[in-house]
Amino acid sequence: MSAAPAYSEDKGGSAGPGEPEYGHDPASGGIFSSDYKRHDDLKEMLDTNKDSLKLEAMKRIVAMIARGKNASDLFPAVVKNVACKNIEVKKLVYVYLVRYAEEQQDLALLSISTFQRGLKDPNQLIRASALRVLSSIRVPIIVPIMMLAIKEAASDMSPYVRKTAAHAIPKLYSLDSDQKDQLIEVIEKLLADKTTLVAGSVVMAFEEVCPERIDLIHKNYRKLCNLLIDVEEWGQVVIISMLTRYARTQFLSPTQNESLLEENPEKAFYGSEEDEAKGTGPEEAATTAMPARKPYVMDPDHRLLLRNTKPLLQSRSAAVVMAVAQLYFHLAPKAEVGVIAKALVRLLRSHSEVQYVVLQNVATMSIKRRGMFEPYLKSFYIRSTDPTQIKILKLEVLTNLANETNIPTVLREFQTYIRSMDKDFVAATIQAIGRCATNIGRVRDTCLNGLVQLLSNRDELVVAESVVVIKKLLQMQPAQHGEIIKHLAKLTDNIQVPMARASILWLIGEYCEHVPRIAPDVLRKMAKSFTAEEDIVKLQVINLAAKLYLTNSKQTKLLTQYVLSLAKYDQNYDIRDRARFTRQLIVPSEQGGALSRHAKKLFLAPKPAPVLESSFKDRDHFQLGSLSHLLNAKATGYQELPDWPEEAPDPSVRNVEEEDLSLIETHVGLLGEYTEVPEWTKCSNRDKRKDKEKPFYSDSEGESGPTESADSDPESESESDSKSSSEGSSGESSSESGNEDDDEEKGQSSDTEQSEEEGERKKMKKKKKKKKVPEGHRAGMSSDEGSDSSSSSSESEVTSESEEEQVESASWRRNTPPSSKSTPAVKEISLLDLEDFTPPSVQPVSPPTIVSTSLATDLEGLTLTDPSLVPSLLSPVSGVGRQELLHRVAGEGLAVDYAFSRQPFTGDPHMVSVHIHFSNNSENPIKGLRMGAPKLPAGISIQEFPEIESLAPGESITAIMGINFCDSTQAANFQLCTQTRQFYVSIQPPVGELMAPVFMSENEFKKEQGKLTGMNEITEKLMLPDTCRTDHIIVQRVTATANLGRVPCGTSDEYRFAGRTLTSGSLVLLTLDAQAAGAAQLTVNSEKMVIGTMLVKDVIQALRQ
Amino acid sequence: MIHSLFLINCSGDIFLEKHWKSVVSQSVCDYFFEAQEKAADVENVPPVISTPHHYLISIYRDKLFFVSVIQTEVPPLFVIEFLHRVADTFQDYFGSSNVGDTLPTGQLSNIPWRRAGVKYTNNEAYFDVVEEIDAIIDKSGSTVFAEIQGVIDACIKLSGMPDLSLSFMNPRLLDDVSFHPCIRFKRWESERVLSFIPPDGNFRLISYRVSSQNLVAIPVYVKHSICFKENSSCGRFDITIGPKQNMGKTIEGITVTVHMPKVLLNMNLTPTQGSYTFDPVTKVLMWDVGKITPQKLPNLKGLVNLQSGAPKPEENPSLNIQFKIQQLAISGLKVNRLDMYGEKYKPFKGVKYVTKAGKFQVRT
Repeated sequence: MSAAPAYSEDKGGSAGPGEPEYGHDPASGGIFSSDYKRHDDLKEMLDTNKDSLKLEAMKRIVAMIARGKNASDLFPAVVKNVACKNIEVKKLVYVYLVRYAEEQQDLALLSISTFQRGLKDPNQLIRASALRVLSSIRVPIIVPIMMLAIKEAASDMSPYVRKTAAHAIPKLYSLDSDQKDQLIEVIEKLLADKTTLVAGSVVMAFEEVCPERIDLIHKNYRKLCNLLIDVEEWGQVVIISMLTRYARTQFLSPTQNESLLEENPEKAFYGSEEDEAKGTGPEEAATTAMPARKPYVMDPDHRLLLRNTKPLLQSRSAAVVMAVAQLYFHLAPKAEVGVIAKALVRLLRSHSEVQYVVLQNVATMSIKRRGMFEPYLKSFYIRSTDPTQIKILKLEVLTNLANETNIPTVLREFQTYIRSMDKDFVAATIQAIGRCATNIGRVRDTCLNGLVQLLSNRDELVVAESVVVIKKLLQMQPAQHGEIIKHLAKLTDNIQVPMARASILWLIGEYCEHVPRIAPDVLRKMAKSFTAEEDIVKLQVINLAAKLYLTNSKQTKLLTQYVLSLAKYDQNYDIRDRARFTRQLIVPSEQGGALSRHAKKLFLAPKPAPVLESSFKDRDHFQLGSLSHLLNAKATGYQELPDWPEEAPDPSVRNVEEEDLSLIETHVGLLGEYTEVPEWTKCSNRDKRKDKEKPFYSDSEGESGPTESADSDPESESESDSKSSSEGSSGESSSESGNEDDDEEKGQSSDTEQSEEEGERKKMKKKKKKKKVPEGHRAGMSSDEGSDSSSSSSESEVTSESEEEQVESASWRRNTPPSSKSTPAVKEISLLDLEDFTPPSVQPVSPPTIVSTSLATDLEGLTLTDPSLVPSLLSPVSGVGRQELLHRVAGEGLAVDYAFSRQPFTGDPHMVSVHIHFSNNSENPIKGLRMGAPKLPAGISIQEFPEIESLAPGESITAIMGINFCDSTQAANFQLCTQTRQFYVSIQPPVGELMAPVFMSENEFKKEQGKLTGMNEITEKLMLPDTCRTDHIIVQRVTATANLGRVPCGTSDEYRFAGRTLTSGSLVLLTLDAQAAGAAQLTVNSEKMVIGTMLVKDVIQALRQ
Repeated sequence: MIHSLFLINCSGDIFLEKHWKSVVSQSVCDYFFEAQEKAADVENVPPVISTPHHYLISIYRDKLFFVSVIQTEVPPLFVIEFLHRVADTFQDYFGSSNVGDTLPTGQLSNIPWRRAGVKYTNNEAYFDVVEEIDAIIDKSGSTVFAEIQGVIDACIKLSGMPDLSLSFMNPRLLDDVSFHPCIRFKRWESERVLSFIPPDGNFRLISYRVSSQNLVAIPVYVKHSICFKENSSCGRFDITIGPKQNMGKTIEGITVTVHMPKVLLNMNLTPTQGSYTFDPVTKVLMWDVGKITPQKLPNLKGLVNLQSGAPKPEENPSLNIQFKIQQLAISGLKVNRLDMYGEKYKPFKGVKYVTKAGKFQVRT
């Protein structure tokens, strides 16, 4: 096929029936002698009732489109078939529509109703493809329809359809950006989705529509980190790149403080230790209060991201590896960045395009972090078969990696390269040698000698390049190299490359005092050949003439005038200008040019030597791996990588309720565990979906609840329970009921949470037994309290809904074979066909409990009728819930959580007692679990837990250890060792855990408070939210945040708490004065000002929730 | 993301186009042709080209250019990786013929990489352990750089949803591994076992590298004497290949490819075994040696003619060597066993080892 005619016709591509293009096309022509006939033929075929003929016609039409032929005149004939029953025909009609709907908008509208019908099809694939086409046809008039379809699909039962909804968002946005606000709502909703299938697509939509709305990510951050490994490769790239930006806005720089510490690490530590020992009050507090002294502790969320992305360095996809590499480069502490080098070097074995991109990035990285690639120096050695562009990039990397120690090897390699047949490459090598010479003083002379030898090379290009580089090198130490300059001067007779000639002339002019006898002679020769020279050479001749005139006017006056006269009539205006300018400057005229007195200064000013540096220097201000980085220019739509914040934004914004994390679904991915596969109900009942307006807003819970129970326990009771329990927990925030109600509800919901946790543990155990555990545990477990707790109004709603769900689940069970039972018992994977979709298996991710209400607090709330009047000591209660210490992926199956038990640690009263909870999720026993070599900041000490001999698979065990945090919130870093592995972990205490409650009377409290005023008193005003105005909740939230004891109090609106810090025993007094309409004042008195400040912050945050 | 994709053959015809976001005119490819012309060599066409309104990201595979049109920021590797997957899919789909008759069927599976309802009468699982030696040998015969790059390619034809685990005798050899997404990373990290539900058909299970820290055995050596005389239009060419470390296996399929200097006019050589060709246009010498028999080492020698008057080439050309050793993984990697769970039938299992020369270059 000849490209040219087809091409031009395409341009003129009107839809006339007489298009001759097919005749030119040997691939499709020949069969049909006339074009008229051909089109009629196709139209005829499309009009028949036979699907096979239609299919054949559509195949041909689609083939035409693929070849870039115009098939738009067939639009009416094709669009008729959009309602065709045959799914194959339908697919191809969709392909056609997507291509031509934009051009024939009126006709395209005919097809819209079909898609709208398709959107309601029971088959999820049809729903998805209808949405895909609808969102791809780019007809502005249907924007409202698209918007509606996207909204609906975003709450579809099928994750596949939800994924398609996410894909449609950017398409709609590019069609009509006014829809942004509405689309952001959909994105927000989809971001909360828990399936791996949706995650990548919605983050893509986020990046295209609202990348600035970083706040939408907070609540989903941990989920995204945890899902990441199981997301498909394309999604991984997008998510990682987005999270890199996110982390840059939310965490502190891990390197910034490193440098601070490096400056004076000892002082910071020793200082605090001494002060601590003396226990001197205000002075000590003042020193530690300085933020710069606070040692850097990585936010656990920052760590989570680094930990969860690391395995992806072993992805087969180069794009994923690069994404992780750039994440580590931009976010990881210096010491950890090195891990990416190996993976990047591996990519060098890939396709040459991949090599090209990777080498560009390595080149940038190797400037900043040379050490990391040094071990792989030889992997960058160049083969004669490499394409030139790869050779040059490798050379760049080699040059960046060259240092004092490896320079001999590098230079030996370069020596081989110089003799290459690829002259561009040789030129680049000479440049590289020049750079090595400037960077490494030791080899400067060697390099210079080598380059001078190259001057006698037969290849002119090589010589020219050498001259240019030598010129730059000589500028560094001209005095010593008169000989070389003389040698260069001789070269002017032979060398023809303009750049080289210009360089030589410049050198001679600049250093004419070193070659006083040769310089005028060179000028003489150049004056002779002036007219034949290239422009840059001519400019340098003028330059040389001027300089010589100024230093040696006796010999060169005439020559200079001759050259200037020639230049005056040159064809090039630059040269004419320069000649005039120079003449005015150097030749004193009668008007006594003020400038000519300074001519010497102007021409012969000492010039700084040029710095030979890599073109990749400072390219890392672009996010690595990006198109902008590669082009070294901002591409459209590039999102700047923000600088680290000075102060870390509030990390608690990422906190989510535990239940959100307990249901994370993952596939059978790299993570590997996939025992349970719940069936996803297909939505067979259309009316039902309509009725479910409510779940549309109430998030996927409404959806997953019934689904799961449908799979497991089809009793309607459990369904209504699951419904009501979710209702109950959501009611907490919105309920306006009185005190009693609130108390009751709180108690119950916290009970629910506990039973939930239990349920989870059970689930994990069952899982180990490799039994199919239906995902109904959430429904089942809360059945005891759930149903009675819900208010009567919601109950009626629930029953009606549950009835319907029952119908649905029943019908569903009838429709589908019990595939879950038929699959083999060992590894349940349900097979499915077009009709059904099984979501990825559910995997319990050991959830980092963020806030769990303690049992003790609840008991207190329930039993003490008027807590404000009874002096109560709320200790010991467990503090902040379990936190993750080691994720089971990073721990190779060993998951470790920790919790502050708030019980006094036996043995040392200054220690905080920490419960460490180990669970073995792997299939082998973990042996010899113990603690090793803690690296602790000064003052902090650890009482280790006794070694755990063996932990069988599926088992979990709790050990107690004590940590003396020395009244600071510095993290205790230590190693957890098993027989085979060591894991670095760290525990950072919330400030509230650094104290123990004390009992005192109101009078004592006031007396102590009186002593701690001024600097030691911190007062903050706040507004209590509606949900936090009852006594019980206030007390509970304060005690959950800080391990303090309640002090009885006469007035009802005042709350007092007292405690002592564990190490120094300093008093911490907290007063909360609640005033009318939710206004409140919080006062903390403590001689530990840092603790006081942090405590105020934490308590306010807890109260505001 | 990608707006459009154009497929261009080596004579510059755009023979296939596909548009996603909007229809971009074919004329955008003119920028690509321009760059191609400038590059002179297909290998040197920059993968990323910036044009006034678009960015073009292209790959070159099997004499075809896949040119994608981009409008906004996107990681270039994302696109390059995608294009290579497209090319892989084409290869897989069209196979040897160039027309596929069945339309691809879209299927959703809870295991994204395996379709549901696979059925075979003969259930078989084959694994090819292929190792390639990348090396640079210098003039004097000492190794400048050598490492082993390995892959395990699988051909799995098993019914249902088999769950396989493949274990090695010496898994610690594998220094740096990249996995097909089907592999459970955790099992590998903790037990060094490859546990996976395989995709159906042919796929690459892992690729790995045996680091250059380990000593790599180089199975062949080359004796060479190539010289061009000053001020004369001829030179001598003499190379001999011999086995270095004989591991009891024959080295076969040896070919030597040499890109001779441009000034070379013709070669007049005699091989003791095999046959040679010299293309006077591209100046490429190909010597198909075959097998090495230690009794009589293969040798190729003779005279070369240079352009008269031209200066003698400075550099001697490097020799690119290909060879193959059957039933040997040069790193010593050995598969221990393959177990299958989840299905009842007994599959037929097979493992094949082969060592090849990768980028094996001898500088002369």
